[in-house]
Amino acid sequence: MTQNQNLFFQKFGITPNDLQRYLGEALSAGGDYADLYFEYLTSTSISVDESIVKSASQGISAGCGVRVLAGERTGYAYTDDLAPEKILRAARTAALIARGPAKSPIEGFKENLNHQLYPVASPSADADIAAKLELVMRADRSARAYDPRVVQVRAGYFDEMRQILVIGSDGTFASDVQPMARFTVSTIAKSGENSAKGVAGGGGRVGIDFFMTEKTPEHFAHDAARQAIIQLGAVEAPAGEMEVVLGPGWPGILLHEAIGHGLEADFNRKGTSAFSGMVGKRVASDKCTVVDNGTLPSRRGSINVDDEGSPTQNTVLIEKGILKGYLSDKLSAKLMGMPDTGNGRRESYAHIPMPRMTNTYMLAGDDSPEDIIRSVKRGVYAVNFGGGQVDITNGKFVFSASEAYMIEDGHVTAPLKNCTLIGNGPDALTKVSMVGNDLELDEGVGTCGKDGQSVPVGVGIPTLKLDSMTVGGTAR
Amino acid sequence: MATNTQTITEVDAELRDLAASVVSRAMKAGATAAEAVVREGSEFSTVVRMGEVETLKESGSRAIGLRTFVGHRTASTYSSDFSKDGIQRLINGAIELSRVTSEDSYADLPEPDQLGSVQGDLKLYYEDVYSLPPEQRIDYARRAERAALEADPRMKNSDGGSFDAAIGHKVLANSHGFLGEFRRSYCSVSAAPIAQDENGNMQRDYWYALARTMATLESPESVGHEAARRTLRRLGSRKIASTQVPIVLDPTVAESILDNIFEAVDGGAIYRQSSFLANKLGEQVAAGNITVVDDGTMPGGFGTEPFDGEGVPTRRTVVIENGVLKSYLLNTYTAKKLGMKTTGNASRGLAGPPSIGAGNFYLQKGDRTPQQIIGNIKQGLYVFQFLGFGVNMVTGDFSRGVSGLWIENGELTYPVEEVTVAGNLKDMLNNISEIGNDLKFRGSTAAPTLRIDGMTIAGE
Repeated sequence: MTQNQNLFFQKFGITPNDLQRYLGEALSAGGDYADLYFEYLTSTSISVDESIVKSASQGISAGCGVRVLAGERTGYAYTDDLAPEKILRAARTAALIARGPAKSPIEGFKENLNHQLYPVASPSADADIAAKLELVMRADRSARAYDPRVVQVRAGYFDEMRQILVIGSDGTFASDVQPMARFTVSTIAKSGENSAKGVAGGGGRVGIDFFMTEKTPEHFAHDAARQAIIQLGAVEAPAGEMEVVLGPGWPGILLHEAIGHGLEADFNRKGTSAFSGMVGKRVASDKCTVVDNGTLPSRRGSINVDDEGSPTQNTVLIEKGILKGYLSDKLSAKLMGMPDTGNGRRESYAHIPMPRMTNTYMLAGDDSPEDIIRSVKRGVYAVNFGGGQVDITNGKFVFSASEAYMIEDGHVTAPLKNCTLIGNGPDALTKVSMVGNDLELDEGVGTCGKDGQSVPVGVGIPTLKLDSMTVGGTAR
Repeated sequence: MATNTQTITEVDAELRDLAASVVSRAMKAGATAAEAVVREGSEFSTVVRMGEVETLKESGSRAIGLRTFVGHRTASTYSSDFSKDGIQRLINGAIELSRVTSEDSYADLPEPDQLGSVQGDLKLYYEDVYSLPPEQRIDYARRAERAALEADPRMKNSDGGSFDAAIGHKVLANSHGFLGEFRRSYCSVSAAPIAQDENGNMQRDYWYALARTMATLESPESVGHEAARRTLRRLGSRKIASTQVPIVLDPTVAESILDNIFEAVDGGAIYRQSSFLANKLGEQVAAGNITVVDDGTMPGGFGTEPFDGEGVPTRRTVVIENGVLKSYLLNTYTAKKLGMKTTGNASRGLAGPPSIGAGNFYLQKGDRTPQQIIGNIKQGLYVFQFLGFGVNMVTGDFSRGVSGLWIENGELTYPVEEVTVAGNLKDMLNNISEIGNDLKFRGSTAAPTLRIDGMTIAGE
């Protein structure tokens, strides 16, 4: 028995017999499937503002969600009290979705062999608070030292440990211990009447040592300070369709918005996505191969098992421009007669799982980034982004550049004020004419929202050239 | 469904006692000041799609948050574990953390004489949101979707109709002797239909109604009809060439400009110099016809509370009056940083220091009908959707995706999509040239129809 099972079995006194009983109660009015999701989450955050540590907090939340599936119907109830009578009551509430004779869950559970994508031994959440405090103070000092025009710095360190146990009436038995750590730095620079901001951050399913060796506070502090200083000199962005080059890494948010959401199986099962019925069709140029991969070690979007207990995998979404498949959870896989890709995720025990992305990225191509820039007569080179959004049904998506430059006659020139890029999902990637050999994944800050639920995700691209995209600036 | 055998009064006493005892135990354990918040709530939601129940969800939850001070050092903890061990860990954790944070002379609870509660019935809580039997709740969702789908043969698909109800109870206690509580209720109905044109192109939109009591909740049919109208007008949308024309914001998108104004007067952003309205108190920051008010005391309001997240009574604050910036929105900490007094806008989550929250935040209505505003425009864009988050609060730079209807000779014509509008909020606030008379609260922020001149539309 693993350490994780011990938590729920020992700390909360749950026994395998109890689990059978809860599932039996959940299926007491029939239904095709029932599952239990136990979650125990501890988190810590500490932040520095105006060079002092103004706040620190710690929290614990625990609960159990009970789900019953009956055809396309889902019944759901949860409790934050893990006493047997409370879980049974949640099971009875979820059971109200079904109307039929009682069913029995499969006797006994089979535990899947999981990936081991991240450390569980010395979780970041247990590290000394003094070590975390030192990290944020280092970021503050480093950002201020970067340039005297940096007048405000905020730095924060956040980590959590999520322990989950998923039990299904089909014999599913999966557990996982999921660490997560994130570091963020934001800066304000001032010069005369001019102000600008810079934001940087990263992390993943890593321990605190990651921030001492691989990505230090100074790394994020410098990047945030550098961006703010550059933005002090930004000029108006152009308005209209033009060539756009996206830098490697975080600009992969293009994939997340333009195609990722539209390929989530629930929208396609219901026929509400602009990509519905397009498997086998061309949705990108033949230079584009895009995957969603939940199995990259230590990545923010990675998970050993999804929140329905299914192992994660590497799923090809687009192969050489042709749409290959969707991202599914158990319900959509069953109703669509397709494989479960291990993308059933949820924010917490209080939420119903649904198909979500993990780490979504485009494979590297052959072009050198320098050649890509050189090929552009007049266009925009965007290397950092804020958020994005998509309308699944008509396919229109936006993502907002927080660091971008003009390209004039093959050279990167003036920095641009913040501007939004807008496009149409099903044809945006058909305009990709050059794909760089420099694939990078983002540094680990992405959070995706869908139906009011947030989950951590990753994105990535090599340097990409789109022959035409609308840039939402103000200059003629 | 689940029945609660305890009476409300018993539960109240239990939560009040818990909040007060956590505060006094924290003081005994070494805190020099403490504040505890206990939240308890329950929710019901159902989605009906294509006439069939898709999801049914019902649950309750509770959690406690504690903020402690050791001198001028502060920290916080929260937990959903109400067991004896859980509460002990909550208290010990907060005090241990309070010893490692920095000395910050501005960190404190409000002064005892600032604490209190707005008196009288604020009309926030109605038990009737849970009064419908489950079948009738499902029927509300079904009726909203049906009304949308039956409105037109082009309505081909749906993301469903929904009915939601929720009640929440909050208790706040602190070591200055404050002990306050209130309950709130919500119910809402919505529809999100999908229309398809002859070329197979789909459009989706939605509409909803929100109320504190079933007695004032709009009918599912009227919500469904409005959802259908908003969806159908998008069919046949096209991209337009880049241009500079006046834009008219419908109230749902004008509301998000109010959200930007709120962020810009947030005391935290002001003392950090991260707002384009920092240091502008007393200056003309918007057109002379603009008055913006925050009022946390409006009976029945979706942003109404008797006291804020620190136990200070909520109030009415004029933020912008005839274009002049009159007040920031402040809690105790940001007020001290700025040498001012709290405006009762502390917002308290379970964890972390209080932030700034709005009460009912609105732009005062004008005297023009939306038709008159549109009728005055030769060529322009009527915007009914913003897409994305392209607003930089430090500089005011604004660039967002939009969908809308082209205005030609004072009339709404064809639908437009895949374009952006861009400008700078500093200019935009000064260029609001007409204000509608159609102010209606659909949440805690509200704005009437607005005309803004001088923005750039980027398209083909």
